[in-house]
Amino acid sequence: MVALETVIEEQVVYARPASLRDVPTHYCPGCTHGIAHRLVAEVLDELGVRERTIGVSPVGCAVFAYKYFNIDGCEAAHGRAPAMATGLKRVSPDAVVFTYQGDGDLAAIGTAEIMHVAARGENITTIFVNNAIYGMTGGQMAPTTLPGQRTKSSPTGRDVELAGFPMRMAELVGSLPGAAYVTRRSLHNVKEINKAKKAIRAAFKVQLAGMGFAMVELLSSCPTNWGLSAPEALQWIEDVMVPYYPLGDTKVADGVDALMKER
Amino acid sequence: MAAELLKGNVALAEAAIRAGVEAYFGYPITPQTELLEHMAQRMPELGRAFIQAESELASINMVYGAACAGARAMTSSSSPGISLMQEGFSYIAGSEVPAVVVDVMRGGPGLGNIQPSQSDYFQVTRSAGHGDYHPIVLAPASVQEAIDLVMLAFDLADKYRHLVFVVADGLLGQMMEPAELPPMRPLHTERPDWALTGAQGRAPRIITSLELDAPALEEVNNRLQAKLRAIEEHEQRYAEQMIEDARLVIVGYGTAGRIAQTAVKQARHEGMKVGLFRPISLWPFPERRLSRLADRVDAFLVVEMNAGQMLDDVRLAAGGQVPVDFYGRTGGMVPVPEEIYQAIATLYAKLPDRLS
Repeated sequence: MVALETVIEEQVVYARPASLRDVPTHYCPGCTHGIAHRLVAEVLDELGVRERTIGVSPVGCAVFAYKYFNIDGCEAAHGRAPAMATGLKRVSPDAVVFTYQGDGDLAAIGTAEIMHVAARGENITTIFVNNAIYGMTGGQMAPTTLPGQRTKSSPTGRDVELAGFPMRMAELVGSLPGAAYVTRRSLHNVKEINKAKKAIRAAFKVQLAGMGFAMVELLSSCPTNWGLSAPEALQWIEDVMVPYYPLGDTKVADGVDALMKER
Repeated sequence: MAAELLKGNVALAEAAIRAGVEAYFGYPITPQTELLEHMAQRMPELGRAFIQAESELASINMVYGAACAGARAMTSSSSPGISLMQEGFSYIAGSEVPAVVVDVMRGGPGLGNIQPSQSDYFQVTRSAGHGDYHPIVLAPASVQEAIDLVMLAFDLADKYRHLVFVVADGLLGQMMEPAELPPMRPLHTERPDWALTGAQGRAPRIITSLELDAPALEEVNNRLQAKLRAIEEHEQRYAEQMIEDARLVIVGYGTAGRIAQTAVKQARHEGMKVGLFRPISLWPFPERRLSRLADRVDAFLVVEMNAGQMLDDVRLAAGGQVPVDFYGRTGGMVPVPEEIYQAIATLYAKLPDRLS
C-alpha cells in the first residue's frame, strides 16, 4: 500500500510538441502527413523558434496545416507558397518562414515558384510531401505519379508516351546554385523517419544560419488513393517509390555539413 | 519642396517610396517598366525589399506575403500582367490584407500593343479576380495627381485592409511634366495587431481566405460587403469643371478626361453650355454626384480610351433620366481634342430647345 504522501516520480518521455495544437486532423488513417507535421513541430520546439515562426500552407491535403501547427500561419494560393513565403521573409528577416507543400502544389502548378525561390537562394525552408498522387481532389495523376501507376486520371496506369515522366524535384531544385540544402527522405519506417527528422532539423538550421534555401522532400503514403492498407502503402513506398526517387542529399552547400553534424 | 520635371512612371514609384512602401515586387512590362527600374535603384538604397519576380503571378503573391506580415507592399504592371495577377487580387481581398497595385494600361485584348489605353476598366473595377468584391480604384489625370493618389492609396489600403489600384495609362506613365513630391514619410515602426509576426507571448494568428462551412463563408462575405458599402459611402471622388450651368456634361477619367477638358473649353468658347465631370475614384464610382447632375442636365457624353466600359456606370447613375452618349477610341489610339469637340458639337446640336 502506497502512503498518500508518497511522491511518485514521473518523467515525460513522449508528449505533444508545443508547436502542434491539440486538435484532431482531417488526414486519412495511415497517411504520413501526421508524421511529417509532428517532425516539423518537434524541430521548431527543439530549436526554440516556435514564437517566431510563420508557416505557409498549400492547396492540397495540407491546406489546413495552419490549423494544426501552433504558430502564426497563412494560406497560399495553389503553388504560390514559395512566393508568399518570399514576401513574408523579405519584410520579416528575423522570422523563421517555411512552406509545407504537396507534389501537385510544388511540382505542377507551382513549378516556377519553387525553382525561383531556390534560384534566388531565398532564406526559407520548404517541406515537400511527395505521395505520387493528388490526394485532396480524390486521387488524380500527379507530376510525381510513377510510370504505370493507376490513378483516377490515369485509369490504365501512367503511360509515359502520353503523360510523360515523373519529376524528381529534389534533383531539379538541388541543381540550382542558389539552393543551400536539398535532400530526399522517406517516412516509411522508423529508421527513415529518424533520418527525415535530422534532415528537417538541418533545413531549419540552414535558415537560422542565413545560408539560403533549404528543401526536404519526404516520400509519403496515401493509402486511401493508392487503394492499399496502411502497412501495404508503407511497403509500396519502399518497393516502388524509393527505387525511382533515391533517398539522400542532392545539394549540400559549403558550411551546411557542419550544421548537420551538430546536435 | 519645389516642382520638378518628372516622368509619370518614376513619379508613381517615388510617391510610393515617400508613402512608406516597404516592399516592391514586380515584373517588367511596357509601358510601366520605368516604375520597376526606379524601385530597383531606390528600394535597396533605402534598405527596403525589392524583387524582380519570375512572373506577375509570383509578384502579386509576394505582395500577398509581405502584406500578411503587415508591411506596406505593392506591385505594378500593365494590362496583360494585371490579367495574370487576378488570382492574387482575389486572395488579398478575401484575406482582407492591404495592398497597392499600379496598372499602367495598354491596348488589348491579348498581347494588344504598348500604346495608351483604358481597356482595363472592367477588369479592375468589377472584381479583379473571382468572388464578390470590388477593389478601390483611383484614376489620376496628371503626374501630380498620380503622386497624390499613390499616397492616398496606401492610406486607404491600410484604413480598410483592402486592395487599392491606381490606374494610369501608357500616356500618363510615359509623359513628363512638373510635379511636386511630398516629403518622405517615416516607415511604420509597429506591425498592425492582425499581422503575422510570430506568436510571441500571444495566441497564433491565421490569415486565410478559406472557409469550407457555407454559413461561415457567407458571414465573411457579409462583413466584406459591409466594408465595401462603407467605402462607397465615404470614398467617392471626382473633379468638376464648368458644371454649374452645363446642359451637356462630358464624363471622362484619367487621360481621356484631361483631353476632354480641352474640348470642353473650346465648346464653351463657341457658346455651348458644356461641363466636365471627371471621376477620380472609378470604384467606388461617384454615382451620387452624377445622379444628382442627371436631375438637371440634358445629356451626358462619356469619353473613354476603350469601347465603352465606364459607360455602364454612367448609365446606371443617370438612371434613364437623360440620354448617355459615348465617344471612344480603342487599340491604343488616343483621341485628340478636336474629335471630342466634334462629338460634343454633334450631340449639343441635338439637345432639346430651351426657353433660356
